[in-house]
Amino acid sequence: MADVQGLVNDFATKLSKRKVEGSRETARMTAELLRTIISQQKMTSSTNHAAVLIDTVRGVGRRLIDANPVELAVGNIVRRVLHIIREEEFSLQAGELTLSSQGSEREIDEEDDKLFLSSAATSQRILRPTSLATLLGSKPDMPPACHPSASRNHDIEGKADKSPSSLTLKRHIMEAVNDLIEDIKTCHEQIADQAVELIHQNEVVLTLGHSRTVKKFLCAAKEKKRSFQVVVAEGAPKYLGHVLAKGLAAKGLQTTVIADSSVFAMISRVNMVVVGVHAVMANGGVIAPVGMNMVALAARKHAVPFVVVAGTHKLCPLYPNNPEVLLNDMRCPSELLSFGEFSDCMDFSIGSKAPLLHVLNPAFDYVPPELVSLFVTDTGGHTPSFIYRLISEFYSADDLALQQKLLPESEHSNSI
Amino acid sequence: MGTQKKGASRGSEDPVELARVPLQAILLADSFTTKFRPITLERPKVLLPLVNVPMINYTLAWLESAGIEEVFVFCCAHSKQVIDYLESSEWFAQPNFTVTTIESHNSVSAGDALRLIYERNVINGDFVLISGDTVSNMSLTQVLQEHKERRKKDSNAVMTVVIKRSKPSQITHQSRLGTDELFMAIDPNTKQLLYYEDKADHAKGSIYLDKLLLADNPSITLHNDKQDCHIDICSPEVLSLFTDNFDYQHLRRHFLKGLLVDDIMGYKIFTHEIHSSYAARIDNFRSYDTISKDIIQRWTYPLVPDVKFFGNSSIKLERQGMYRASEIGQSRSAQIGPFTVIGSGTKIGNTTKISNSVIGEGCSIGSNVSIEGSYIWDNVTIEDGCKLRHAIVCDGVIVKSGAVLEPGVVLSFKVVVGQQFIVPSYSKVSLLQQPTKQDSDEELEYADNSGGIAEISSITHTVGKLNGEITNQPFETQCWPTSELGTGGAGYVWSICEGGHDEEWRHSVAPIPADKLSEAIHAADDDLELTQDGRSLPPSGELKPDSNDSEYDDDGESRDDSIYFEKEVEATFLRAVHENITVDHVILEVNSLRLSYNKVAADCAGGLFYSLMKLALETPHDSASELVQATTNVLAKWKKLLKYYLAEIDEEIEVILKLEEICESTKEFAPVFDKILYQLYDLEVIQEEAILRWDDEKKDADESDKVFVKQAEKFIQWLREASEEEEEEEEENDEE
Repeated sequence: MADVQGLVNDFATKLSKRKVEGSRETARMTAELLRTIISQQKMTSSTNHAAVLIDTVRGVGRRLIDANPVELAVGNIVRRVLHIIREEEFSLQAGELTLSSQGSEREIDEEDDKLFLSSAATSQRILRPTSLATLLGSKPDMPPACHPSASRNHDIEGKADKSPSSLTLKRHIMEAVNDLIEDIKTCHEQIADQAVELIHQNEVVLTLGHSRTVKKFLCAAKEKKRSFQVVVAEGAPKYLGHVLAKGLAAKGLQTTVIADSSVFAMISRVNMVVVGVHAVMANGGVIAPVGMNMVALAARKHAVPFVVVAGTHKLCPLYPNNPEVLLNDMRCPSELLSFGEFSDCMDFSIGSKAPLLHVLNPAFDYVPPELVSLFVTDTGGHTPSFIYRLISEFYSADDLALQQKLLPESEHSNSI
Repeated sequence: MGTQKKGASRGSEDPVELARVPLQAILLADSFTTKFRPITLERPKVLLPLVNVPMINYTLAWLESAGIEEVFVFCCAHSKQVIDYLESSEWFAQPNFTVTTIESHNSVSAGDALRLIYERNVINGDFVLISGDTVSNMSLTQVLQEHKERRKKDSNAVMTVVIKRSKPSQITHQSRLGTDELFMAIDPNTKQLLYYEDKADHAKGSIYLDKLLLADNPSITLHNDKQDCHIDICSPEVLSLFTDNFDYQHLRRHFLKGLLVDDIMGYKIFTHEIHSSYAARIDNFRSYDTISKDIIQRWTYPLVPDVKFFGNSSIKLERQGMYRASEIGQSRSAQIGPFTVIGSGTKIGNTTKISNSVIGEGCSIGSNVSIEGSYIWDNVTIEDGCKLRHAIVCDGVIVKSGAVLEPGVVLSFKVVVGQQFIVPSYSKVSLLQQPTKQDSDEELEYADNSGGIAEISSITHTVGKLNGEITNQPFETQCWPTSELGTGGAGYVWSICEGGHDEEWRHSVAPIPADKLSEAIHAADDDLELTQDGRSLPPSGELKPDSNDSEYDDDGESRDDSIYFEKEVEATFLRAVHENITVDHVILEVNSLRLSYNKVAADCAGGLFYSLMKLALETPHDSASELVQATTNVLAKWKKLLKYYLAEIDEEIEVILKLEEICESTKEFAPVFDKILYQLYDLEVIQEEAILRWDDEKKDADESDKVFVKQAEKFIQWLREASEEEEEEEEENDEE
């Protein structure tokens, strides 16, 4: 455990020093760290091994979230891993129970309270397989209590012959977490695959700032011989739009760079806005780099579709009005103006008052769900109103309040 | 968004590049100054909280994030405390970041410290030299690369100094960081530092540049808008240089300036200017204030209170730059203003107002307290109704109800301020007696610091005892002089050393008082005014000797000088009159004055004549004729003196012009101009040729200028006729 603790510390330090770049990278590293933790976790008591795992992951998760509360991807992944643990345990037990030909009703009754299966969560879980099935276009005739993955389901049944030891559970969890990591790794490709359906010939696409997802998305359309134009708003104050424009031009895309302030002037010529975001909230609103709300409003004014491309790891089960969500990060003012040039306006010693010049540099904007036309995730395209379904699919309600320490089991907030 | 993190991780871009040689840094955990006394008598400066985090954490966090792998922390004063702190902190447990402490008890300066480190032989490559009170978020990658490239080309490039542009006004350094104005000469092409002066003489308003500096370099730029960040990239030679020159003490004053003037070894120092990133050193209370506020305003991002860069408790940033820890007890009626930091466990009472301040952990603040621009450290008790403005209040202080801290007050550890007591501004209060040896002057400090160390250690010893006493006994039984801090108060008010009071406002945490500020601005404006109005100033106007005009330099200065010169001549002359000094001696004296003021004989003549006339005017007279008589007498007496300076016609004309000037300004002389002129002629002070030439010159002048010419018309007429007659006679003689 010592080396695990070391890993956790290391990663927490990295997070707190803002040394991990990008939410995808953060998500992947978080998932890998959690995988290591789960694999190292010793299974002492056979009765509540899942609870032990959940507690461990929760503890680690809290630390990581505290280290950098702005990066919501950490919390998302921690919650998803928790969900996976619950899910696997549930399906394992369900498998056992099915084998011993017991009804699902009774099975729920027998659930121990310690296994965190509140009735609300259970009912969700019973609902879930159908919804997931419709989403992924899988066959709807799967047994309701089984895990969507048919192969794994098979696995469970095979394993169930042996004693349903903690090892089985662990192995299943590991597999699921591996799938998650794989999903995170391939999310760009998955999203990019949908580009051809969304970008049409001779269209003009506008984007703001720089997002790797957007870049892959646009390049994928280009590779499929679509010819279209891209307008890149430079994305002050970091001007990462310049980087994106360079990259796109290198790939042979017709690219135009504009200032953020001329977005409104350009929007009437644009057929679609495609942007990357920082996080997608449970209500379908997004947290995105500054200036995005302006772009969204301009798009709405001219009835231009506003498409958000985001991997599912950016899907945050919290609502933006939740006090736990740190919506914004106030960055260094020197990105806006040079300290040397303006230091005379920031004199503290003259008069008794605070300096007259304040420089604010927020990193993010909140774009309300009304302004978003479509989410393109690695599981397909969704409207903002559908996000809650995705959330209920990837997260379990018990894990939402991850940061509330020492909360009694009964008080789990089920109010999403 | 994959890219949003980019800005945050500046400095860690290419660890591969930097990994080849482990990057080392020397962190001096001792400033070797006494600017933070009395606080630093009990706790080392690097452990003083800056926005609730000990200063050294900012420096270490920056070094770590900038890719430094090995840090040697040099501890001297209170070395035990520093080492204990570091050991209990998590700095020793960092992966890829080693912190090693070097302890010394007899180092009195940065020079000694570096010599000791050289002896240890631990530095084996380029290193960063920094003191433990520097806050920065700059990236070292570029400057290190520049330094290394320069080193490859020229092994004499031993040091790179990081500088930053500061605001260019004259009061900049003063008002922001409380430091003196800094002048630097930099080669604009190579960025080589050629000249460094931080103690420029303000009274003179001038700096001294070696002529060779200008001769040797094709172009130099002179800056006074740069700020020294006190972050240096050094080559290992720097350490050996310190060892070779055992008299180097101060890093800047001795080492840097020493290298700059030393042209035998040819060592070179270069500069690196940072633009967007932040770097500043806490040198005194004023910079403590300024840097704290810069941190709160997030210029030092990511080293800001709500980012847990190291070991600080979680604090949330709320609207208007308010930072609040999660566990605070704040009354609903309390008003917490903008740009305030409140540490965890602090309780704030009803209707208390706090603005622009930093409150530490575990403080309890009563009701109706007003706190403005103050720094309150941990576990401080402030009772009801207190007023604090621009004060620094250290750990464990108790301010009893109704007490007032005026701007600039510093209360050291565990001081108790009595009820209703008003602590006067700029006072420094400590439980420790002020050391008898006042070494506020830094120059002195090196000399007596060996003693100072012993003194400090003995003092820390007494601190322990004192603390014990205080906890054991109730305050009332203590024999504190009640007068010093009110009833029930505990602590000594340190007297301000002689001459120090004037300086106190410069380094204080309080804003510069309005009068001092207006003075400073006025001084700056004065210089400006001179450049504009140099010409129009009345000739007798009071001018400062330091008017260093640029544009009207010649004019203003000579005018200036003439007035002084004339005054001096007059004084000399009057002394001669009163003390009966012989004419020869007066001539000697006036000559020496002439040389020192770089004047010509005509000026002397004019000056002397002016003095003569003044003397004549002062002799009692009833009528104009008597005045003429008096003048004649004076002139007759001092004819020889005046004549000495009238070798040429031009000088005689000068005298006439002077006479004209005097008559213009003095009513009594005006009607008798012609008479005096005649007397001058009669006494053979002035030849007729001079008068005639003066007349000729005046022909084209304005009517107003001709008043005296007209007055003397008859006399001039007579002179002309006389000369014509003479000529005729001569002609006649010739004819004969």
